[in-house]
Amino acid sequence: MSDHDRKEDEVRRMLDAPPRGQVPPDLLPRVLDRGTRALRRARVLRRLLWVLLTAAAIAFTVWASAAEPWRPPPAGVTPPFQGW
Amino acid sequence: MREQRRHRATARLPGARERDFEAYVAGAAGRLLHAATLLTTEHPGRAPRAQALLTAALGATYARWGRLRGEDPYDLTRRELATRFARAAWRFHRPRGGVLSPLTPPERLVVVLRLYEGVAEEQAAALLGLPVERVRATCTRSVAVLRRTPVARDAARATGKAGAP
Repeated sequence: MSDHDRKEDEVRRMLDAPPRGQVPPDLLPRVLDRGTRALRRARVLRRLLWVLLTAAAIAFTVWASAAEPWRPPPAGVTPPFQGW
Repeated sequence: MREQRRHRATARLPGARERDFEAYVAGAAGRLLHAATLLTTEHPGRAPRAQALLTAALGATYARWGRLRGEDPYDLTRRELATRFARAAWRFHRPRGGVLSPLTPPERLVVVLRLYEGVAEEQAAALLGLPVERVRATCTRSVAVLRRTPVARDAARATGKAGAP
């Protein structure tokens, strides 16, 4: 186990060995720009979904009140003709 | 119209949210950039891919900054970085001369998460969607490969000596 830990420590040193790269000075504005755009995109998408949901609900209500699908359909056959 | 005006005002005068995020980036960007550079195996001085990865991960963190609810932002950015790297692994297949060049992208991801970032085996497994045994085996195999690679081994020995007081 300690041998395993020693090997892992060696690799840890390996990973820390390369010199640190400089963080680019324009990182923050680029990040803020990206994050703001992602937020705006999510907001537009959410709004679009709400509009779609509302439109579907209205359409269904209008269709249901016009077609009244809960009424029994009219009989498909003519009642027997009597009293000739 | 009013909303637009408010947006412009916040862009000119950063609020507490922006200042907090700025402080977070100032503190975490160096370490995260190093992790990203290890993943892409680029040269630390010129690492456009690692910078692009970091920008995307930090951008996603900023988009969730107001809704963190006590979550650790560093953990979130690290997760974003790892999943973005894993999703685009085929673009990073070609080694570029860094320490982890002898490893495949998934192996690099396991090594960076486990050994550089010190993420627990279970958490790393959950993040990568792999069984814990697989993560452990990949880590052991990668350690063996890296210790066989002369360039990386010499670098570690050199810094080990230099770092010793």
